[in-house]
Amino acid sequence: MPADFISNLYVFILAGFVGFGLIKRVSPLLHTPLMSLTNALDAIVVVAAIIITGRHETPLTVTLGAIAVAASFSNMVGGFFITDRMIRMFKSGAAKKS
Amino acid sequence: MNVAAIQQYLDIAYIAAVVLFILALKWLSSPVSARRGVLAGEIAAGLAVVATLYNPELVAYKWIVIALIIGAGIGIPLGMVKITAVPQRTALSHAFGALSAAMIGIAEYYVGLSHITRFEMGEIGMEVIIGSLTFTGSLIAAGKLQELLPQRPIVYKGQNIVSFSILGAAVILAVALVINPQNTVLFPIMVVVALLFGVTLVTPIGGADMPTVISLLNSYAGFSASLLGFVLNSKVLIVAGALDGSSGFILSVIMCKAMNRSFTNVLFGAFGTIQTSTTKTEARPVRSASAEEAAEILTAARKVVIVPGYGMAVAQAQHKLREMHDILTKRGIDVSFAIHPVAGRMPGHMNVLLAEADVPYDRLIEMDEINPEFPRTDVVLVVGANDVVNPAARLDKNSPIAGMPILNASEDQTVMVIKRSMSPGFAGIDNELYYLEKTLMLFGDAKSFLTGINKELNTAGAGA
Repeated sequence: MPADFISNLYVFILAGFVGFGLIKRVSPLLHTPLMSLTNALDAIVVVAAIIITGRHETPLTVTLGAIAVAASFSNMVGGFFITDRMIRMFKSGAAKKS
Repeated sequence: MNVAAIQQYLDIAYIAAVVLFILALKWLSSPVSARRGVLAGEIAAGLAVVATLYNPELVAYKWIVIALIIGAGIGIPLGMVKITAVPQRTALSHAFGALSAAMIGIAEYYVGLSHITRFEMGEIGMEVIIGSLTFTGSLIAAGKLQELLPQRPIVYKGQNIVSFSILGAAVILAVALVINPQNTVLFPIMVVVALLFGVTLVTPIGGADMPTVISLLNSYAGFSASLLGFVLNSKVLIVAGALDGSSGFILSVIMCKAMNRSFTNVLFGAFGTIQTSTTKTEARPVRSASAEEAAEILTAARKVVIVPGYGMAVAQAQHKLREMHDILTKRGIDVSFAIHPVAGRMPGHMNVLLAEADVPYDRLIEMDEINPEFPRTDVVLVVGANDVVNPAARLDKNSPIAGMPILNASEDQTVMVIKRSMSPGFAGIDNELYYLEKTLMLFGDAKSFLTGINKELNTAGAGA
């Protein structure tokens, strides 16, 4: 097994545990925004897409890369946008009265 | 600056992004700090994208810029959809995320074709298969939620065998590619087979199971991004994918428990075996009431619990419910909303629908917390919900929903159910709750009926 794979596996396992720990504590009130936020974070694959596209190797890789950039960037923009919109709707009873 | 120095700055930016990702999820734990969480995520994403644009490997920017503009053009309108449409938007975003991961995996295969190792081929194969099946599976789920495709489960004989044969074929093709990575004929076939499997995986699943399916696809989309991180040796992708993947996984487990489905059922996504109910509905007497009577009963109560279901959102009745909540609260009546985990069409959907209507979030109570309250409750008002209050889940072992945790609405003093007619719900089963001595059926459209009750409440209040 390549050495990179082992260190990647370490990172993956640790991140998985961190994820479990964090997400268990998210209030069920916010499960919909949770899904749209993690989706927006996941859209970080846009960085890989940008590199594939910008290396400009073959028409095929540029095409595939550009599709990937558009798809993931739309998730990033739309995901943060809608998450913020939803979270702003949550007001406590006390905040409402004042 | 030389290339190595730039690379170092890029790595620092990515590490900062990872830290902010984790903080974003931490702050999402409560509505008070949640906006800070979104901000942290936005800064992280912005930082990572801008840093990447300085990557010395980039030689041409034209297509990057065009694709970013197109992406923003798609993303902004998708961020503005109505709250009722959020589930299909979410399914669509899982499709986009998976598409992106699959495209990059495919590109990576062709880039490295001449020197690809068997190990790398294994990683790419797995990544592309999961990405592709999640892409088509999510598109089907979005189509069902948008009601472009039929909601009911589409089943045929031997369908599980067909589905798993397709998956098996994709895996065999991947193995063949690991043995000979340079086989450029098999690679596109593997992609097509994986795409096909996504269709056969989700098509048989009915509308009632969509909260679980969305969560599961969420998990797949996350893990495909993580796998892509393995392929590209990118730690930031591994972490973001693992966070997204574990989130989707936890949510699918919660959804499964809320519908009493098994854990293996989640992992293999084999919900194809949903039974079609054969329970026949005979005409039995029920008690019904008018808006005026309902208003009187509510006024006399001290503690009221409202059980909303997706039918409420379909009838656009959430604003009327909030009005009722305001009127009753002003009179010192304790009003809360009982939220079943699968109320709505995705995890947490009902909370957002009610928050949008300005119901304070501290009045939205989850199932485990509200259930002990029912014996102390005077009136339960069920609006557009059915299966989640069906006592058959607890009492009838042969019921299709047997064992599903429910809101124990029948334990209170009086139950009022707003319903269009006596037709059964999603699971297609009759509800004993409606025939109880203490139950009053309020027949009509939820929105207009609630308007009627509110009007009565207001005039009664003015008279007092």
